[in-house]
Amino acid sequence: MKRDFIPLLLVPGIIIAALPLVGSSESWATLTLAGLAMGLMIFVMASGLTLTFGLMDVLNFGHGAFIAIGAFVTASVMAGLAPWLKADSLWLNLAAIGPAMLAAMAVSGGLGLAFERAIVRPVYGQHLKQILVTTGGLIVAEQLIKVVWGPDQITLARPTALRGAFLLGEIAIEKYRIFAVVIGLAVFAALSVTLNRTRIGLLIRAGVENGEMVEALGYRIRRLFVGVFAVGSALAGLGGAMWGIYQETVTATIGAQVAVLVFIVIIIGGLGSVGGCFIGALLVGLTANYVGFLAPKVALGSNILLMAIILLWRPQGLYPVARR
Amino acid sequence: MSAPILSLRGVETRIGRYHILHGVEFDVPEGGLTMLLGRNGAGKTTTLRTIMGLWRASAGEIRFAGRDITRMSTPEIAMLGIAYVPESMAIFADLTVRENLVLAARQGPPERKRLEWIFARFSALERFWHLPAGHLSGGQKQMLAVARAIVEPRRLLLVDEPTKGLAPAIVANMIEAFRELKDGATSLLVVEQNFAFARRLGNGVAVMDDGRVAHTGDMAQFAADDALQQHLLGLGMDAHQ
Ligand SMILES: Nc1ncnc2c1ncn2[C@@H]1O[C@H](COP(=O)(O)OP(=O)(O)OP(=O)(O)O)[C@@H](O)[C@H]1O
Ligand SMILES: [Mg+2]
Repeated sequence: MKRDFIPLLLVPGIIIAALPLVGSSESWATLTLAGLAMGLMIFVMASGLTLTFGLMDVLNFGHGAFIAIGAFVTASVMAGLAPWLKADSLWLNLAAIGPAMLAAMAVSGGLGLAFERAIVRPVYGQHLKQILVTTGGLIVAEQLIKVVWGPDQITLARPTALRGAFLLGEIAIEKYRIFAVVIGLAVFAALSVTLNRTRIGLLIRAGVENGEMVEALGYRIRRLFVGVFAVGSALAGLGGAMWGIYQETVTATIGAQVAVLVFIVIIIGGLGSVGGCFIGALLVGLTANYVGFLAPKVALGSNILLMAIILLWRPQGLYPVARR
Repeated sequence: MSAPILSLRGVETRIGRYHILHGVEFDVPEGGLTMLLGRNGAGKTTTLRTIMGLWRASAGEIRFAGRDITRMSTPEIAMLGIAYVPESMAIFADLTVRENLVLAARQGPPERKRLEWIFARFSALERFWHLPAGHLSGGQKQMLAVARAIVEPRRLLLVDEPTKGLAPAIVANMIEAFRELKDGATSLLVVEQNFAFARRLGNGVAVMDDGRVAHTGDMAQFAADDALQQHLLGLGMDAHQ
């Protein structure tokens, strides 16, 4: 689809460049895996947001609410299925974590539909109001979470089979990170196939470029947008679930915390581009881990710096979407 | 002349604070090819966009095939059988030529015969079938924009300046294609700056000036009336090249 390969080289480039800086190849391998896992979790959370912006120019600052709800719903379902999580069987573990993640997706997706209807729809086309109203939605959602789940942080126990690490020679490979990478890649593959091989995908890509023309061809772009919004919210819920299990705790502000990374990623990638979002997420995840190891004091600012550098090079992000 | 397939009565359009159309009135006869002419800024593009529902008429009535479409949404209007080629072409640059046409064909994959008919006139589209449309030249994009509107039979085509940037040979092909469509079951409303093209193609003409229709009638008569053209279009020497 795209003929621009330079951004694709950034990911291997940063990985290779990090090796001499980190020094030890065991630490480097561990950090790389951690960075890829983190990046893919952020990608899962961010993919829907970049498409909803692309399709309808909607700035949804409330996206973090779906991430948070996903994490909390997963925590509750996993608490209910605790015996299976503690069991010494991969299958029982998966039978607990699978439904927990699906429940996160269902609740976040459903909430996304309601959010679109009640909060986003009345402010179509008005950016300032969108920012205010969706930020308000996020605050309300955080308070609702405190009402339902209480004000304290909740701990989430990782299932037995996903705890600890394999040893590959000297390199410790954390099992949960592999799990996160597999799910993240599966989501990316599913989105890519949908966008490139299906009619709905064609419509989404065309709509991101020029929604008006898609309507003039006889398609209802609002319906498409609502569907994308719901799927994007569900994916945010899934990402929140993965992130919560990774951190092993969740608090009501998890959404707002991660949302900063999510916004950096979609800006780096180019608003509206799923491929750009994917690369941006990997870059952010890798940078956070390498810098966190090399210079922990500047770790917080490293992603902002990464974004600034990339925008100096490509002001519209890695894969600018052609707009009308 | 047969009953109009499209008629505008007293159409007013405002864009933000600007009042652009001041009671536009004209008809497009069924099976006819009407040219919509007028100076830059006369309101031709705004008229087409208002018919498509991309701007809302604040007053007046637009009827298509006997139905009032004034308040319908753009997708509903398109579904009734109106296809639109915008002045900006609005091809989907990230999609291939094929994907652009696949999207435009609502009834399923584009028909082979129809595609061959299109390729015979716009052969570049066949050559660059799998190329992202953003890589096409300006003229090739124009061909794709027109092809997208005619990939399936439609009842009415609205075309905004189709010859912009096209080589003379391709313009001739386009005239031929529009004529064949007209001889089929399609009516056309075409905006055009190139008067030589307009007079060869149109049966009817509507001339806009400052947000109103200042003249409607027969193309042959209008083409013969130099004084009227001079008055409405301000045409110079180049009109008769
Ligand atoms: N989006 C807009 N906002 C404000 N004014 C507009 C807008 N679009 C068009 N206009 C104004 O409306 C008037 C008619 O414009 P329109 O594009 O319909 O003219 P036109 O006849 O198609 O001209 P041209 O031959 O140059 O394409 C112009 O004065 C233009 O400045
Ligand atoms: Mg115009």
